[in-house]
Amino acid sequence: MELRNNRGPVKWFLILLSAAFLVIMLILPLAYVLVTAFREGIGVFVRAVTDSNALRSILLTLEASVFAVVINSVFGLFAAWTLTKYRFKGKKLLSTLIDLPLTISPVIAGLIFLLTYGRKSILYPLLHQWKISIVFAVPGIILATVFVTFPFISRELIPVLSAQGTDEEEAAALMGAGTFRIFREVTFPHVRWAFLYGVVLCAARAMGEFGAVSVLSGHLQGLTTTMPLYVELLYQGYDFTGAFAMSAILVVLAVLVLLLRNILEHRGGKNQEGIHQ
Amino acid sequence: MSTAEQAYVELRKINKHYGEYHASRDVDFSIDKGKLVALLGPSGSGKTTILRMLAGLEQADSGDILIDGKRVNDTPASERGIGFVFQSYALFRYKTVYENIAFPLKIAKWNRADIKARVEELLELVGLQGMEKRYPNQLSGGQRQRVAFARALAIQPQLLLLDEPFAAIDAKVRQELRSWLRELISRVGITSIFVTHDQDEAIEVADEIIITNQGRVEQIGTPLEIYQNPHSAFVAKFLGRPSELTDAGSFKGFSHVEPGLTALIRPEYVSVTKKNELCKYPITTEDGEVLKTAFRGNAIEVTLRVRDQEIIAGRTLNEPLVEPGEHVNVFIHSMYVLKGDITFYAQNGVLISENYTYI
Repeated sequence: MELRNNRGPVKWFLILLSAAFLVIMLILPLAYVLVTAFREGIGVFVRAVTDSNALRSILLTLEASVFAVVINSVFGLFAAWTLTKYRFKGKKLLSTLIDLPLTISPVIAGLIFLLTYGRKSILYPLLHQWKISIVFAVPGIILATVFVTFPFISRELIPVLSAQGTDEEEAAALMGAGTFRIFREVTFPHVRWAFLYGVVLCAARAMGEFGAVSVLSGHLQGLTTTMPLYVELLYQGYDFTGAFAMSAILVVLAVLVLLLRNILEHRGGKNQEGIHQ
Repeated sequence: MSTAEQAYVELRKINKHYGEYHASRDVDFSIDKGKLVALLGPSGSGKTTILRMLAGLEQADSGDILIDGKRVNDTPASERGIGFVFQSYALFRYKTVYENIAFPLKIAKWNRADIKARVEELLELVGLQGMEKRYPNQLSGGQRQRVAFARALAIQPQLLLLDEPFAAIDAKVRQELRSWLRELISRVGITSIFVTHDQDEAIEVADEIIITNQGRVEQIGTPLEIYQNPHSAFVAKFLGRPSELTDAGSFKGFSHVEPGLTALIRPEYVSVTKKNELCKYPITTEDGEVLKTAFRGNAIEVTLRVRDQEIIAGRTLNEPLVEPGEHVNVFIHSMYVLKGDITFYAQNGVLISENYTYI
């Protein structure tokens, strides 16, 4: 859709405004992060990010992200499938609950888990007996990350699945295809791009998660410190170069994710156009 | 009508509710083997529900569904031996034409060579050779329908069900597809039932029409029977483009009709002649004023005011044009008189005395 007043000053004003906003809000700070990271030379940068604690934090972040993506992929696919292909009571409630992590402050989410699985919890003796440690340990971090990111994949899938309707599934079922086969051969191809897009968003959010993870981590250096937590730690210790070096890595990851997202959106969009009847 | 031995599909006292909504009320009919049957009715009349219950996509609340003499109420959809063509065709959009048609065969665990042979046979049947690598979005509406058709026929079902098969196709292609489908179904020789809300389609394509209204079956018969002999007020109103007249007995030539009854007149039962044209039965001809004329392609539709009531009639393009405001002679050949829910056919008195036929 194109506005009729295409050449008017309004258009240029709006473009300029958006550009200015982006420069102030995004480009300048990001550039500053990169510049600061490399201010004392590449050697300092490399040393900062290859420090054993730094490496551990990078690994932990990747680990938590992988878990979040895998768990939420499975959960998201099932949830979206259930919510769009079946009719049942409490569907609205379920749909609303899935969105909860988007509206709850991550810090609160962290606290909820702390109370549920921490020393004060009635579950604690049981967990202790089974030698499962969640709070101030890696499982807690994974739990927090999964919680914060769980709407991302299902939210991408639901609109695509509900727009598609159930005709193709019904047709396949009439031919005697089983549920799993219908899902794999008929439904999934429709949501492939939306699904990958959701995975990318989920991964991006998982890598950057701070609040909920911060509450549950206990900040044990080299054990439960993720990248964002490690950045904060360095910053509080006045190690600005280190903090910015680590941030630079997160920024690069974020930009990569963004690129990936655009590629997926483009491909998905093309696909969608082709389908339009 | 069919006898019990011949009936291939039979519905007995079928009832179906969607919550409060009564979608099927005591639906009862049977269809002979090899027949092409239309379920015709306005939207919401329960025709699609009947089709979906036959397919096994919906469960009937009560009553029996018999296919080939066996009760199939509890038989899963995939084991009823039916082919189903969806209104939207429901082609698998991410599969090629070949994969679409091969899908039911793959599920039935045919081997690769047999599948290939069968798909090629079907492609030839529907005239889509060379299209096997295309995706549904690269096909026209008519071609998509052909693929849906081939896919539904793949496992050689004994019964083919089609839900509004022509609804998604533009008018020009629709005409062509109707005769194509008719011909193809008779070539394959499969018992078929299709749902439609378009009377022209049903009349043109079907051997037999089942008219549904508010979940009930109103009338069953051949297209000609149903058109000429509507049993109920609903059927009389639904078919053709009838005008409704109050106090039918007051019209000239219909004094034998009980006064005060409503009647329906189809355009083809009304002759409109200009005042200077020859008029065969001047005594029973009414005067009418032309209110408007509309060009309908193959005819001119004339809306008339006769005795303060509106009647729609037609004139061919060979006849001189009539203008709005012009007074013309209007001769009503016959009408369907409604008495309660019963309909009876009344002819102009002049014609009766001439032919000595009393109805």
